[in-house]
Amino acid sequence: MTDTTATADTEHEEHEGHEEHHGDHPKWLQHHWDTPAQQFDAAKIGMWAFLGQELLFFSGLFVAYAVYRTWYGEAFAAGSHELNRTMGTINTCVLLFSSLTAALAVRASQLGKKSETTVMILVTIACAFTFLVIKYFEYEAKFHHGLLPGSFFGTPRDMLTFQPIPGAHSPASELPDHTHAFFSLYFVMTGLHAIHVIIGIGVWIWILRRNLRGDFSSRYFTPVDVTALYWHLVDLIWIYLYPLFYLIDYVPPGHRGG
Amino acid sequence: MAAITTDQKGHGGGHGDPNVSYLDVKKGIMSWLITLDHKRIGIMYLVSVMTFFIFAGVMALLVRLELLTPGRTIMDPDTYNRVFTLHGVVMVFLFIIPAIPASLGNFVLPMMLGAKDVAFPRLNLLSYYIYVLGACFAVFSLVNGAVDTGWTFYTPYSTTTNGAVIAMVMGAFIAGFSSILTGVNFIVTIHKLRAPGLTWSRLPLFLWGIYATSILQVLATPVLAITLLLLMLERALDIGIFDPHKGGDPVLFQHFFWFYSHPAVYIMILPGMAIVNELIATFTHRKIMGYRAVFISSLALALFSFLVWAHHMFVSGQSEYANMVFSALTFLVAIPSGVKVFNWTGTLYKASVWTASPMLYALAFLFQFCIGGLTGLFLAMIATDVHLHDTYFVVAHFHYVMVGSTVFAFFGGLHYWWPKITGKLYDEKKAKIIFWIIFVGYNTVFLPQFVLGSRGMPRRYYDYLPQYEFLHQVSTVGSWILAVGGFWMIWNFIVSLRSGKKAPRNPWNSAGYEWAAPSPPPLENFVKQPIITRGPYDYHLATDAEIAED
Repeated sequence: MTDTTATADTEHEEHEGHEEHHGDHPKWLQHHWDTPAQQFDAAKIGMWAFLGQELLFFSGLFVAYAVYRTWYGEAFAAGSHELNRTMGTINTCVLLFSSLTAALAVRASQLGKKSETTVMILVTIACAFTFLVIKYFEYEAKFHHGLLPGSFFGTPRDMLTFQPIPGAHSPASELPDHTHAFFSLYFVMTGLHAIHVIIGIGVWIWILRRNLRGDFSSRYFTPVDVTALYWHLVDLIWIYLYPLFYLIDYVPPGHRGG
Repeated sequence: MAAITTDQKGHGGGHGDPNVSYLDVKKGIMSWLITLDHKRIGIMYLVSVMTFFIFAGVMALLVRLELLTPGRTIMDPDTYNRVFTLHGVVMVFLFIIPAIPASLGNFVLPMMLGAKDVAFPRLNLLSYYIYVLGACFAVFSLVNGAVDTGWTFYTPYSTTTNGAVIAMVMGAFIAGFSSILTGVNFIVTIHKLRAPGLTWSRLPLFLWGIYATSILQVLATPVLAITLLLLMLERALDIGIFDPHKGGDPVLFQHFFWFYSHPAVYIMILPGMAIVNELIATFTHRKIMGYRAVFISSLALALFSFLVWAHHMFVSGQSEYANMVFSALTFLVAIPSGVKVFNWTGTLYKASVWTASPMLYALAFLFQFCIGGLTGLFLAMIATDVHLHDTYFVVAHFHYVMVGSTVFAFFGGLHYWWPKITGKLYDEKKAKIIFWIIFVGYNTVFLPQFVLGSRGMPRRYYDYLPQYEFLHQVSTVGSWILAVGGFWMIWNFIVSLRSGKKAPRNPWNSAGYEWAAPSPPPLENFVKQPIITRGPYDYHLATDAEIAED
C-alpha cells in the first residue's frame, strides 16, 4: 500500500487514544505496538480469551458431575456429608477475601502506590497458602478414611507415603454404591483447582518481584491487572465447586416439587 | 495522532533495516531457536509439520501396502493396528491441526494486517516449543510400544490395551495447549493490530477464516484436554469415570471426545477454505462474490460445529431422540458450506482464470470439497449412516475433506506464498505436472473407497473378503502415485531454495495486502507502515504499481 494510500483512519485514531506522543516509546512498550492503550487492551483480550479456555477446560468436569449425580444422587449426597463443611466454608471465605485483595492490588497499582500494591499482593499470596493448607488437612482426612477415587475407595492410606494404614476405620462400607464416583470427581476437580491456585501463587510471586523492582506505575500496570483477572477465575471456579461438593442433599424422586 | 506513520525510524528506532530480509538479519542456529519473529516461527512450524506429514504419510503407505492382498501382506495384525493409529494420531494432532494456522497463518497473518508481528511474540515462540514437547511425548510413545487404539482413543479399550497409551495421550494433551495459545494470540492480533484503514469489512477472507478457527481452538481444545486428562487418570489411577465396572460410562468419553473433535474438523477445514478465498481472488483478479456472506458462513460453521458432535455416535446407543436432533443439526452445516461453494463458483463464473499452480490446487479443492461435503449428507442421514457407519465410505468421506480439501488448500497456499516466504521462485512448469500427479493419485486412492464402503467393507480391518480385493488394489496403486507426486513437490521446493530465480515482490500480481512487502520481507515486514484505503480484492481500485510484479 506504499504507493497509493493517503487517508489516515479516524476510527483507528480515536480508538487508540491520544496520551502517547509519537517517538515517546517507553521501554515497557513492545516495539510492535503504537500506543500503551493498544498494548493494554491486547493483554486484556488475550487474558479473557484464555479464561474462556479455562472455563471450557472445567466444563467437561461439570458435565461429568451432572451425569453422575443424576445417576447416583444418593451416593453423591452421602459422599458430600463426609466432607468437612466447616473447612470448606472457611476456605470459601479465604478465597473470596483473596479476590478482594487482588482487586485492591490492581487499584493500588493503578494509582501508582507501590508499597500498598506490595501489601495487597502479599495478603493475596498468604490467603492462597492458607487455602492450600486447609485443603491439605481435608485431603489427609479423606485419605485416612479411605474415601478415595475409584478402586482406591475403602482402603485407608497415608497421604504422603500412600501406604495402606492397617486397622484404620473406613466409613466406606456403610456408604451407598458408587460413592467412589463422588470422590473421583471430588479429587479431580478440587485437585485441578488446587493446581490452578499453585500456579496463581507462582505468578503472584513473579508480579510481587516486578512490583518491588519498580516495573509498575500508574501508566503501566497491565501484568497486575491480568493476573488479578486470572485469580478471580480461580475464585469463581471454587464458588461453584463449594456448593456442588459441600452443600448437596438428596431428595428421592416422588418427594420433589412444590 | 501520529501513531501511524510512514517513517520507519520513528518507532522506537533501530528495529530492523528495511533493506535486509528477515532471513539475513541474523545468522546461525540460535537466531532461529530463540527468534520472536512470527515469520521465522512460521517456518519452524512449517518444517516441523512437514516432517510429521512425511512420517504419517509413510505410515499411510504402509497401511495401503498391507491391504494390497487379503490376509498378511507385509505385517502382522498388531503392527497394522499400531501403524494406522500412528497415521491418524500424527496426521491429526501434529500435522493438520497446526499445519495451516501455525505455519502459513503465522507467516501471513501479521503481514495481511499490516502489522510488525503478532500480538504476543514470546507466547508465539512458547506455543512452538509446547508443540515440540507434545511431539516428543508422541515419539516417546512410538519407541515404547506405540498405541493400537485408533486416533479416537475410545474407552474402555484405550484404558485396558497394552502399549504406551499415556505417553501418546499426553502428547496430544500438550500439543492442544500449543493450539490454544496460538488461537489466543491470533484473536488478539486481529483485534488489536490492524493497520490504519483496515476495518473489519476490509479484512482479507483468509483472516476471517483464521479468526473463526482461532475461536474454535480456544473454546474446543480445552474440552479435549480435560477428556484426555481423565483418560490418563483412568488408565494410571483407575478412577472409574469411564469404566462400566465401576458405574462409569464409556459413552461419556465419546461425547467429550467428539465435543472437541467435531469442532476440530472445522479447525482443519476452515483455514483451507480461507486460503482458497485468497487464491481464487488473486488468480481471477476479482472480488470474492458475496464477501459478507463468505465471512459470515465461516463464523456460522464455527458455531454449528459445536452443535453436531453426537452424529459420530448414531450407533453407540444414545437415544433416538438425540439421534434425530443431531441429524437435523448436522444438515445445517450444509448451508454455510454451500454458501461458500456457490460464492466461489460465482466468482469464477465468466472470469479470466489464470491457472497457475496454486490456482490448480484451489480448483481441485472445489471439486473435492463438493464430493467430501455431499457424501457427508449421506452420513448425516440416520438411516443411511447405520449402513455406512465405520465403513470405508466414512474413511473416503473425511479424507476428501481433510486431504482433498485441507491438504490441497495447504499445498496451494504453500505454492502461493512460497515466493514471499523464501524470496525464490519454484519451477512452475514442474509444479503443474506435479499437481496433476497428486490430483490423479489422490482420487485413485479414495474414490474406490466410497464403493468399498457402500458394499460393506469395514474400516480399520486388517483382512477382507476376496470380492473387495480389486478395489483395494486400485486404492493402493493410487497411494503410490500420490506418494510420487508428494515427494516430487517437496523436492521441487527444495530445488527452488538452491537454484530458484529471485522472486519479485508480487509474482502473482495480487492486490492482497501482504504482497506490498518485499520478497522476502524485512524484519518488521513493511518498509513503510501500510495505510489501507481499499479492500484486499478491490482490483478496480488497486494501482498498476501495486499489482505490478516489482
